[in-house]
Amino acid sequence: MKVLMKGNEAIGEAAIRAGCRCFFGYPITPQTELPEYLAKRLPEAGGVFLQAESEIAAINMVYGAAGAGARVMTSSSSPGISLKLEGISYLAASELPCVIVNIMRGGPGLGGIQPSQSDYFQATKGGGHGDYRMIVLAPASVQELADLTAEAFELADKYRNPVMLLGDGILGQMMEAVSFRPRTALPAQDKTWATTGCRGRARNVINSLYLDPEKLERHNRHLQEKFRQMAENEVRSETYRTEDAEIVVVAFGTAARIARTAVDSARMQGIRAGLVRPVTLWPFPDQAIKSVLASCRALLTVEMNAGQMVEDVRLAVAGARPVHFYGRTGGMVPSATEILREIQNIAGVAYGASVS
Amino acid sequence: MMQQLEPYLRLERFPHIWCPGCGNGIVLGCLLRAIRKLELDQDRTVVVGGIGCSSRAVGYLDFNTLHATHGRALAFATGIKLARPELHVIVITGDGDATAIGGNHFIHAARRNIDLTVVLFNNSIYGMTGGQYSPLTPAGKKATTSPYGNIEPNFDVAELARSAGATYVGRSTTYHAGLLTDLIVNGIRNKGFSLIEAVTACPTAYGRRNNWKSGAEMLLWQKESAVHVKRAERMHSAELEGKIIIGELYKREAPEYISMCESLTARIRQAAASGSVTPLKGK
Repeated sequence: MKVLMKGNEAIGEAAIRAGCRCFFGYPITPQTELPEYLAKRLPEAGGVFLQAESEIAAINMVYGAAGAGARVMTSSSSPGISLKLEGISYLAASELPCVIVNIMRGGPGLGGIQPSQSDYFQATKGGGHGDYRMIVLAPASVQELADLTAEAFELADKYRNPVMLLGDGILGQMMEAVSFRPRTALPAQDKTWATTGCRGRARNVINSLYLDPEKLERHNRHLQEKFRQMAENEVRSETYRTEDAEIVVVAFGTAARIARTAVDSARMQGIRAGLVRPVTLWPFPDQAIKSVLASCRALLTVEMNAGQMVEDVRLAVAGARPVHFYGRTGGMVPSATEILREIQNIAGVAYGASVS
Repeated sequence: MMQQLEPYLRLERFPHIWCPGCGNGIVLGCLLRAIRKLELDQDRTVVVGGIGCSSRAVGYLDFNTLHATHGRALAFATGIKLARPELHVIVITGDGDATAIGGNHFIHAARRNIDLTVVLFNNSIYGMTGGQYSPLTPAGKKATTSPYGNIEPNFDVAELARSAGATYVGRSTTYHAGLLTDLIVNGIRNKGFSLIEAVTACPTAYGRRNNWKSGAEMLLWQKESAVHVKRAERMHSAELEGKIIIGELYKREAPEYISMCESLTARIRQAAASGSVTPLKGK
């Protein structure tokens, strides 16, 4: 059965259905409906909602709950995620599974409250200190927010690593019909590593401090091997009309929805356009991009930022084709007409036609 | 009166963002009346705000103003005061800004007794984000994140400031605007850390979830709940349950941080001049 829900609320409902029983958060627009939803629903589900005194407190509460073996989530928006980064680095270093939701708004600094994708670098390139990685999932609809929230918990547990769900203010705020995966018995979670009281078993230690550099390097090698496995197994992307596409647009999240309309309009004008939509931003779908190069003459990356993912697209293309960029910043959203105009320019078609 | 306050306002920034019935304008008016009474030079006065409805006030004020990060207005203000001790530095903050995310900065600024005047707009709620509970939301009250009633007890922020080291602490409400102005005057005059808690109404995000139908009703609640500190001294704690104790709650003399810095510098320089300390030399 489908229900009409706001994106932020759908994340909350999906989290509860995925077995999340602990949430720690702090108010910030445009994600506040998520903690509000969980404040109402978690007590009904027998879980715990706590509004922390700050984003920093919230992420460290996540560390505590994750270490004790709970399925746990926190959420925020861009400036609040900046505050959480120290904690995220510690969570990754200590191999603790959790889900972190970032409903992005325009930056830098206090910026604004309108939607943006300008935390791509922060999410995919570490953000916090040290050599760590986390899987970054980029939904493009309310349905996908729900589906990827459920998946985020599974991936977090599978790899004992934080997973980030990266949406933007539009996805968080908009309402769409959504259906939740039928409730199946949750797979038994192997959390024998959790600190749950060691009576009757060997002591579990959750730690990120290694003062001996040899031991720290060994720990880093172990983490890197895990990140390599994530990169090998967890890449997700979607392609649209790319089979014969001369011009391939690469976009994620909200920008990808808009780009899809522009691709359809270009096709109606006889321009063979297509779209690659990365669903995981890390690991980045290099292969999906390489696989469209045969027919492709040029690529266009569209983002709601000043050009961040375009760097990964260029790395994947490795100079084989020109990679163009179109972006809007500050909470401005690119229109399909603007993207179509870029496609036309690259295709060498005179501008004039409108989006259809 | 408005005419007399206009020189302190950036009227081109109006209309302001506050909702009908909001008490923030009253608190701001009291601050400006206090500044007028003290004849503070606009060019030698700095107003620093954090993040939240109250902190937006800095945008409307024609002083040297600074809109800081959430919770950390006091850290910015400390930097300004240390760089330019001759300036009057006033901090506008809210209950969430000052006592949740900014709680640490709040107690440490008070502990240093640095010469800052904090006007804390206490509307018992996070208004800007739509009504989440704050550390000053009374237990049992409803907010969007406490839909079943707040299970956390609240801080008494005046008590917190006093025990952390503030040398002037006062509380008033927007109903008792005359008193509020006087407290701000005394707070600015105090050479040290001053906290003036201004109890203000948020009918939109707090009142309507807690059986107040309008801003006016909330003003009446302030009128009826307020007990002057002089009268409160003669009352039992049971009688004071749920009351708002207003007036000058606490003041004392203590060394102020900037003076301590200055006397440290003077002492070290004197010692260097007399040869008892070898001054550090650049290479």
